[in-house]
Amino acid sequence: MLAAILASGLAIGAVYALIGVTYNTMFSASRVMSFTAGQLGMLGGVFGALFILRLGLPPIVGFLLAMAGCAVMGVITEAIAVRPVLARLDQHLYVLSTLALALMIQQVAAIEWSTEPQPFPRLFGIGNGDPFDEKFWLPLVACAAVIIGLELLYRRTLVGRAFLAIAEDNFAARALGLPERNLRIASFALAGVIGGLAGFASGELMLAFFANGAMLSFYGFVPVALGGLGNNRGAIIGGLGLGLFQQAANFTFGGVFASVAVFIVFIVVLLAAPQGLFGAPVARRV
Amino acid sequence: MSTDTESLAPAAPAAGRGAQVRLRAALPFVIVFGFALALPYITNDYWMLIGTRAAIYWVLVAGLNLAVGFGGQLAIGYVALLTLGAYTASVLVAGNLGPPWPPIAALGAAGVVGAIAGLIIGLPALRLRTFYFAMTTLGFATILTQVALAWQSVTGGGVGVPGPVLPKPFDSGLGFYLLCLAIAALCTWMTSNIAHSRFGRSLVAIRDAEVAAEATGISKAGLLIAVFLFSGATAAIAGGLFATLQSYITPDAFTFDLSVLFFIAILIGGRGSIIGPLLGTIILTVLPEFAAPLVAWSTFLYAALLLLIVLLIPGGIADLLDFANRRPLESHRAIVPRPALLAGILDHGAARDTIALRGVVLAFGGVRAIDGLDLEIRPGQVHGLIGPNGSGKTTTLNVISGYNPPEAGRVALGARELAHGAPQTRAGLGIARTFQTPRIIGEASVLENVMIGGTVDGTATFVESLLTLPRHRRDEATMRREATLALRVVGLEALAAVRADRLQHSELRFVEIARALMVHPRFLLLDEPAAGLSTDEIARLGELIKQISRCGTGVLLVEHHADLIFDICDHVTVLNLGKELAAGTPADIRAHKEVVSAYLGG
Repeated sequence: MLAAILASGLAIGAVYALIGVTYNTMFSASRVMSFTAGQLGMLGGVFGALFILRLGLPPIVGFLLAMAGCAVMGVITEAIAVRPVLARLDQHLYVLSTLALALMIQQVAAIEWSTEPQPFPRLFGIGNGDPFDEKFWLPLVACAAVIIGLELLYRRTLVGRAFLAIAEDNFAARALGLPERNLRIASFALAGVIGGLAGFASGELMLAFFANGAMLSFYGFVPVALGGLGNNRGAIIGGLGLGLFQQAANFTFGGVFASVAVFIVFIVVLLAAPQGLFGAPVARRV
Repeated sequence: MSTDTESLAPAAPAAGRGAQVRLRAALPFVIVFGFALALPYITNDYWMLIGTRAAIYWVLVAGLNLAVGFGGQLAIGYVALLTLGAYTASVLVAGNLGPPWPPIAALGAAGVVGAIAGLIIGLPALRLRTFYFAMTTLGFATILTQVALAWQSVTGGGVGVPGPVLPKPFDSGLGFYLLCLAIAALCTWMTSNIAHSRFGRSLVAIRDAEVAAEATGISKAGLLIAVFLFSGATAAIAGGLFATLQSYITPDAFTFDLSVLFFIAILIGGRGSIIGPLLGTIILTVLPEFAAPLVAWSTFLYAALLLLIVLLIPGGIADLLDFANRRPLESHRAIVPRPALLAGILDHGAARDTIALRGVVLAFGGVRAIDGLDLEIRPGQVHGLIGPNGSGKTTTLNVISGYNPPEAGRVALGARELAHGAPQTRAGLGIARTFQTPRIIGEASVLENVMIGGTVDGTATFVESLLTLPRHRRDEATMRREATLALRVVGLEALAAVRADRLQHSELRFVEIARALMVHPRFLLLDEPAAGLSTDEIARLGELIKQISRCGTGVLLVEHHADLIFDICDHVTVLNLGKELAAGTPADIRAHKEVVSAYLGG
C-alpha cells in the first residue's frame, strides 16, 4: 500500500506543483493570480484526448497541438481577463475577470467535449497499473522537465533574464526599455504550456474531464499559497507534499476526509502565515 | 470673510425636505414590491413560482450585498451557506438527527447555524488577501457538497432528503410566496438601514480607502464579524426556504452556478447600492425563462456577463440610474473656509497633554528613515515639520498615527504610551490625520466621506442600526449635523451631496480636513495639506489651521511651502536624514545657517 500511496501521491503532487508553477509564471509577469491556471491543466488532458483518440493523430502531433492550444488559451487569458484590468488592479477586478473566463472555458469544455470523464490514450504502454506504470511517472517526468527547462530559461537566455527583471520590478524593467507587454504575453503563453503539460502528462491518471479544471485551480493554488506567491521552489515542494498528504489520507480514511483534511490544513497554515511559509512581507501602505 | 455672520445661522434642512428625500429613495422599492404583491393576481402559478425563487434569492443576496457590494469582500462561494441552510432545515424537520423539529423552529436553527458558518467562512478575510479569500470560500463550497454526498445517514447522500413542509397558511403556493416576499422585504429594510448607518459607510471605507478607515478608528474585524454573522444567517434562512420550494434536495441542486448568479446580481446592480442588486437578482432569475434553448449555456452566459460588467460598467445598474451626479458642477468654485464656526466642533477646551516622541528609530531595509528623533507637539500650537524629500517627515507622522511601528524609542500622549502598529486606536484618543494623497471614497458623497470621520462617536450597535432603534437615529442625526458643520467650516457645504470623485484635488484636501475635524481632534496631523493648492487657497488654509490650533488643538504640519510654515507655525523642526537638523521658532530657523544653505536656499 505504501508503494501505491507514494506512486499516486507523487504523481498527483507533481500535477499540483506544475499548476502552482503555472500560477507563479502568470503572477510574475502581471501580479495577477488567475483562476484559469487549473483550466489550462484540464485543457491539456482534453486536447490530448481530442487530438489523439478522437481525431486519431499520432501522439507526438497530438502533444504539440495540445501544447499550442494551451499556449493560445494562455494568451487569450492575458488579452481578455488580465490586460484590461491591470490599470485598475487596486480594485481586485482581476479576481472576477479571471474567474469569469475560467467558468467560460469550463462550460465550453463541458458542453462541447463531455460532462463525463473520457479516456486518455496510452502514450508508451509501459506498465500495467502497478506503481511503476507510466501514468504515475509521466507527471513526475513532466515536472522535472519543467524545472530544468525553467532553470535553463531563466539562467541562460536573455528572454529568461528579462522575465526575471519584470518579475522583480515592473517599472524599472520598463524604464530599461524592456518590452513589458510582449514579455507578459510570452509569460502567459509559457504558463499555458506548463499548465497544459501538467494536464497532458496526467491524462492517463485523471482522464480528460471538464471538472478537473476547478479541482486543479484549487489544489494547484494550495502549494502556491503555502509556499509564497511567485516562489517556484515553494510551489514544487508544497505540491509534492500536498499530493502525498492527500493520497495518504485518501487511502487511510477515504476521499471526503482527505478533501476536508487538506482544506483544514490549508486554512490553518494560511491563517498562521498569510504570506506563505516562504513568502515575502507585504509592501508599505502609507 | 464677509459671509461669516450670515452663515453662523444654522443651515438646518427643513424637516419636510428630509422626508421627501427619504420618500424618493424608497420609491423604487415600493414599485418593485408593489408589483410583486400584484403578481399572483395578474399572472399564473408558474410565474408566482419564479417570483418565489427571486424572493428567496434576494434574501440571500441582500445579506451578501453588505459583504460583497459594500465591504468589497469577494466571498464567491456563498452557495455553501445556501446548501448548509437547506440541509439544516430539511434534516431537522425530517428527524434524521434526533426527534423531528417543527419547520419554523428548524428555519430559525438554520439561521443560527448559518450565522456561525458565515463567520467561519468570512473570518479568513481578516488575514488573507482578496484572491486567497475568494479561493477559501470556493473551497468551502466544494467541501460542503462532498460532505453532503458522503454523510448518507443524515443527508441521504446522492438520494437526498425532503425539504421542510411549512404549516398553514404557508403550505399553499400563494401563502409561501407571500411569506418569502415578507422576509425579502424585511431583509431589504434591514440592509438598507445598515447601508445608511455608520456601519454601511465604514464598510465602503474599508473597501475603497482602508488606510483612511483605520485612521478614523474603524475596526475592520468587528465590522466584518457583524456583517458575516448577519449575511450568513440570511443566506441559511434563504437555504431553508429554498429547500421548501424545491420540496426535495440533493447535492446536485447546489451547483456553483448559483454562487455565480448571486455574485453577478450584486455586480450588475452596482457596488454600494441596494436597489441595483435587487433588480439584478430579479433580472437574473427571470432571464432563463425567456431563453429556454440556452439553458445549457446559462453558466457560460452568466460568466460572460460577469466579464462584460467588470470590463465595461464596473458601476453597474446603480451607476446608470444615478442621474443626479451627471449634472455638471459649477466650474469656478472657490473654497472659502469659515474658521469662526470651529468653536462648534472643537469644544473640548484646552488640552493639557502633549504628544512626545523620544529617541524614535525606524529603518526600512538599510535606510534609517528616522534616526533617534525627539519631538513634542503641544496643544494649542502649530508645529511645523520641514526638510528635504526623504528626510523622514511623513514617516514621523506615520509613527505617531500608528502605521509604522518604530524599532526603538517611545511615543506617548501625556503619560500614556501609544500602541505601535495600531492606527485604528488613534481616533478614539483624539488624534486625527490627513494624507499626502487624499484618501477619499470616490463613490460616496462628500457628506458621507466626512461622516466617516465621526465613526468612533457612534453609540448604536449593529443590531440597533439594523432595526433603526432610537439610539441609531440619534447617532445619525448628530453625525449628519456635525458633518454639515464641518463642511461649512472648510467651505464645501455646497458640494455635500456630490460624489467625492467629481471634486477637484484641492477640494479633496479640504474634505480630508473636514473628516479629520469630525474626530474632534485634540491633535491634528497634516501631511502636506497645501500641495496642489493655489496661493489664495494656501492663505485660507493657513488661517484655518491657525484657528484650529487656537481652539486648543495641537497641530503637526508637514509641508514644503516655507512661507506657510513661517506664517503660521509656533515651533518648527527641520529634519535631515531622519535626524533633527534644527528646531525653534520660525525666526530661529530662518536665521539658522545650515538650514538656509541646505534647504531654504539663499
